Amino acid sequence: MSKTLVFLEHHEDAIQKSSLGVLTRAAQLGGDVAGILIGSGVSELGASAGEYGAATVWIANDERLAPPLPQPRVDVLAQVVRDEGYDTVLFAQSVLTADVAAALAVRLEAGLNWDLTDLTAEGIGTRPALADSVYVDVGWSTAVRLAIFRSGTFDATPVGGSAELKEVTVDLEDFSTLAEMVEQAHAVQQGPSIEDADVIVAGGRGLGEPEKFVLAEELAQALGGAVAATRAVVDAGWYPYSAQVGQTGKSVAPKLYVALGISGAIQHKVGMQGSTVIVAINKDPNAPIFEFSDLGVVGDLHAIVPRLTELVRARRG
Amino acid sequence: MKIAVCVKAVPDAAGGRRIDPATMRLERSGELTISEFDTYAVEEGLRLKEAAGDGEIIVVSMGPERALDALRKALAMGADRAVLVTDEALAGSDLLGTSKALAGALEREGAEVVLFGQQSADGGGACLWSAVAEHLRLPVISQVSELELVGSVVTGKRQTEFGYDTIRAPLPAVIAVSDAINTPRYPSLKGIMGAKKKPQVSLGAGDVGGAAGTGTTVEGLSAPPPRGDARKIDDDGRAAEQIVDYLVEKRLI
Repeated sequence: MSKTLVFLEHHEDAIQKSSLGVLTRAAQLGGDVAGILIGSGVSELGASAGEYGAATVWIANDERLAPPLPQPRVDVLAQVVRDEGYDTVLFAQSVLTADVAAALAVRLEAGLNWDLTDLTAEGIGTRPALADSVYVDVGWSTAVRLAIFRSGTFDATPVGGSAELKEVTVDLEDFSTLAEMVEQAHAVQQGPSIEDADVIVAGGRGLGEPEKFVLAEELAQALGGAVAATRAVVDAGWYPYSAQVGQTGKSVAPKLYVALGISGAIQHKVGMQGSTVIVAINKDPNAPIFEFSDLGVVGDLHAIVPRLTELVRARRG
Repeated sequence: MKIAVCVKAVPDAAGGRRIDPATMRLERSGELTISEFDTYAVEEGLRLKEAAGDGEIIVVSMGPERALDALRKALAMGADRAVLVTDEALAGSDLLGTSKALAGALEREGAEVVLFGQQSADGGGACLWSAVAEHLRLPVISQVSELELVGSVVTGKRQTEFGYDTIRAPLPAVIAVSDAINTPRYPSLKGIMGAKKKPQVSLGAGDVGGAAGTGTTVEGLSAPPPRGDARKIDDDGRAAEQIVDYLVEKRLI
């Protein structure tokens, strides 16, 4: 029977939904499934992991683990994997987990597959490649298998279990504590986070000017969704990086993705093509986004969107 | 100050990319060029050297022999010499093999600053630097959009999903920079002319501690599921209504 450990990333007193999604999938695959929370004052979060299918939650509580730095987390994970004999360690993709998983792979001499969109009970992962034009089935040749899943790949579904919480004794390597957090300047989240949203309205250059993002915001509000942006407009300073979708931003997979004035460059496509339904409005009939939209609308978004927002508001009351 | 910049030679994007169905590896037979993301790391290395007033920049890479041509762009930008780890025994390396080989080459150099770009332009997992730092047992700061070096302490501003973290580490350290950090310079004509004459050394697997096995396998390839009934309409003044109808039909509102 496989023994799976799921890394539970947390931020501001909540476990990331994408981590809980991976935990949900791990529990569906069966075997002995545990979660691990690494930080300071994280015991409180353990119970919620139980609801998503973890039988055990390892808790590593230490002041030195408070800042979200990767290297001390590698020490904790390596120790738990070795001491408890886990054969599979799963992560949801993030800036932090990429660094953690890669170093853990070296420490444990374990194969690491990343950017997966699924994993079977037989241990085969699905990895879309070349801008998702081909799916590669990947496997592992090592005793311990590490995998990073695209964020938003799995829905987090509570199954109503409860986890046994177990404390981990924290023992850190000297070199792991050389990097120190000086300051964390985290933008205050406005509205729902794009990774957690079921509906995303995204804006690109076609909005014309930064002030026109209000069109995306109003439509998002009407639909009960979040606002995202392309890299071009983030680079231009129209919208914050935290909202950027694409290769150098976040990967999202909402039920509905509405693209406003977005051409659909590959850089953007890889971050959002996992969306269930894609609706695109663009005045250029040849925009690449129409090649992977479910509903493509060729027209002036400045005329269409205000009317659309009004109609949605009226419908939803 | 010795600065190593790790770069990757990738297939020229203009040629289109494909996976060889026989080997199930990314086809890398065409013209190679330095990964665009790595030029930001080269530029940052040049800036650190210029700010310090002296120093040496070593471009370090792993790949086939013809990757040396691609490394010359970094030399043309101003890097001082290139080291290429190239060996048939290393072909098909995954993260474990690549990080070990690069770490072996870096150990020979003993650089105080090891720079990476934020990802490769092909099949990148955006995590190689962390694996290399683990081999070298050095501190790592990734996704750095601002870098400051004072004495032997480096401070980086790191972009995360939640905002910016400012992280400090003593040298030697491994730093992966984002493409928001600078605008890479174009090589000057003089730089291009001089690049060929700069020292370029090839190392074999034996020089970097031997080849490591791979930890991952490719089991097969398949076509992604097609999108269903895609529709495209031209706005005739009723587009907003049509979108609402569509969303209702799909039970999205």
